[in-house]
Amino acid sequence: MKNITTRNTLRVIVLIVVASIVIGPLLAAFFGGFKGNSELRTNPLWLPDSWDAGNYIGILLDGNFWRYLGNSFFISLMTVFLTLVVGAAAAYVFSQIHFFGAKMILSYLLLGLMFPFAAAILPLFIKVRDLGLLDTYWAVILPQTAFGLSLAILLFKAFFDQLPKELFEAAYVDGCSYLRFFWSFTLPLSTPILATVGVFVFVQSWNNFLLPLVVLNDRSIYTWPLGMMQFQGEYLTQWNMILAFVTLTIIPAVIFFLAAQKYIVAGLTGGSVKG
Amino acid sequence: MTTLDRTAVPRRGNADRVKKGLVSGKFTALLILLPPALILFSLFVILPLADAVYYSGFSWNGYGAPSDFVGTQNYQRLLDHSVFHTALWNTAKLILVSLLIQMPLALGLALLVYRKTPTNTLFRLVFFLPYILAEVAAGLIWSFVFDGDYGITSSLLHAMGQESVYVLADHQWAFPAIMTVIVWKYFGFHMMIYIAALQSVPKDLVEAAKLEGAKPRQVALFVQIPLIKHALVVSGFFAIIGSLQIFDIIIPMTNGGPSNSTHTIVTYLYSFGLSRLNIGFGSATAVVLFVLAIGIAFFYQRTTGKGSKA
Repeated sequence: MKNITTRNTLRVIVLIVVASIVIGPLLAAFFGGFKGNSELRTNPLWLPDSWDAGNYIGILLDGNFWRYLGNSFFISLMTVFLTLVVGAAAAYVFSQIHFFGAKMILSYLLLGLMFPFAAAILPLFIKVRDLGLLDTYWAVILPQTAFGLSLAILLFKAFFDQLPKELFEAAYVDGCSYLRFFWSFTLPLSTPILATVGVFVFVQSWNNFLLPLVVLNDRSIYTWPLGMMQFQGEYLTQWNMILAFVTLTIIPAVIFFLAAQKYIVAGLTGGSVKG
Repeated sequence: MTTLDRTAVPRRGNADRVKKGLVSGKFTALLILLPPALILFSLFVILPLADAVYYSGFSWNGYGAPSDFVGTQNYQRLLDHSVFHTALWNTAKLILVSLLIQMPLALGLALLVYRKTPTNTLFRLVFFLPYILAEVAAGLIWSFVFDGDYGITSSLLHAMGQESVYVLADHQWAFPAIMTVIVWKYFGFHMMIYIAALQSVPKDLVEAAKLEGAKPRQVALFVQIPLIKHALVVSGFFAIIGSLQIFDIIIPMTNGGPSNSTHTIVTYLYSFGLSRLNIGFGSATAVVLFVLAIGIAFFYQRTTGKGSKA
């Protein structure tokens, strides 16, 4: 009995130590946002002497902050919407309609699972420029959607394949077309997988840095990671301002995570089972 | 006429109609549902990769049509460039750290918190927190931690009576610092995969082993870990492919410096190919990255596939 208690104490100590290393920098950033730059220098880690929210308020009153967040929000939502619609439509075709060449076309669409996004970034820049899309939302939305499609199709198809076949047959005997069936039965029955894929696509788009960095030059359509780098450039060593900015962008991410936790865990579990 | 039809062959007529409807509906459905995915994917994934191969044969700044064909010169230049060697070596280090430090750490923690209790849930949330942060945010926070004037490392050093170190401006320390941040950022992701797998290990097996007198360490080593091998293989794959693509964390932390010592393949591609509009040269780098990724994927599949059969 005694043995078990010591072991458990040891376990908790290890967990607390790791947890403090994980959370320490985040708390330091949060506290740092309340400090003056000179206080930060003498006291980088612990609670601020006085909780002065001036840095935070200054950033919140700055229109750029909201513009960056708004741009990111729009781009992420559009990417999620397009990935879900286009990906689910294609996955439905492979799951329910048998036609010549289906297997080959599916393998083609799944090729994206192996391609590192970064390897395509240069020609992607040229392509986006030649299409006249530089400095538009579409320059980010369309490539992001295209690169998310392979995984989305894989996950959607696996899910659609498990839907009861009887439902499908009954609907056809009643004269329901493939398109109707997709819209009125498959999609509504697939909310769990739509949510999981949607959450992942959203997070990825929200945090994406390389693609916006390459295709967006106009500050007015910067996404928030670009805005943050811009901000860092302007405030160079005013760490208190930078930390306040970073903290403000972390808060929505944490809230989103807590709300979407169920789907994120479901996605990770599904991924580890499917491989 | 109609009555006759209805009474004589109702079943067949119905079946015909269904069949006909299916065939025509099938074609419309294919025409409407499939092309969007095919067009988007071809235009923004497959074509750019083919373009990269094509561009890599030219000395081209990205304007006008590529005309100055140089054959394999870009690849030759790449192989001769010492910064590229550094970038490759750094990428290899990231892979090693991910496999040898990050994965065991994640596995150990997963074994400590996989049981469903309220405290475990709390710890899991904390460990997963860095994964949901944007890389840029993580990079900036850690730039602060490592800052020589303001940072936490330097105030710790001061407390111990040492001189402060400008970690990220230091040849010796900059890359280890980046590796630390990468482990910090991603171990929670791998831990979650293992937790999911550990929870699916049948409880009877663990109980049986305990009844036989196995210590927790033995249970983990001989029962649990062998049973979640599949999850380990998957997470190893993510770790390797992820390491090949590290970019976002390095840009805010060091931007490849000091004196190009912290580049990875992707930051190299960005700095030497895109920023300077050496599209041909950058494309050659991209092709190397692509070949590495595919090569590793195949090799990995082979070896782990064989391993699980044995």
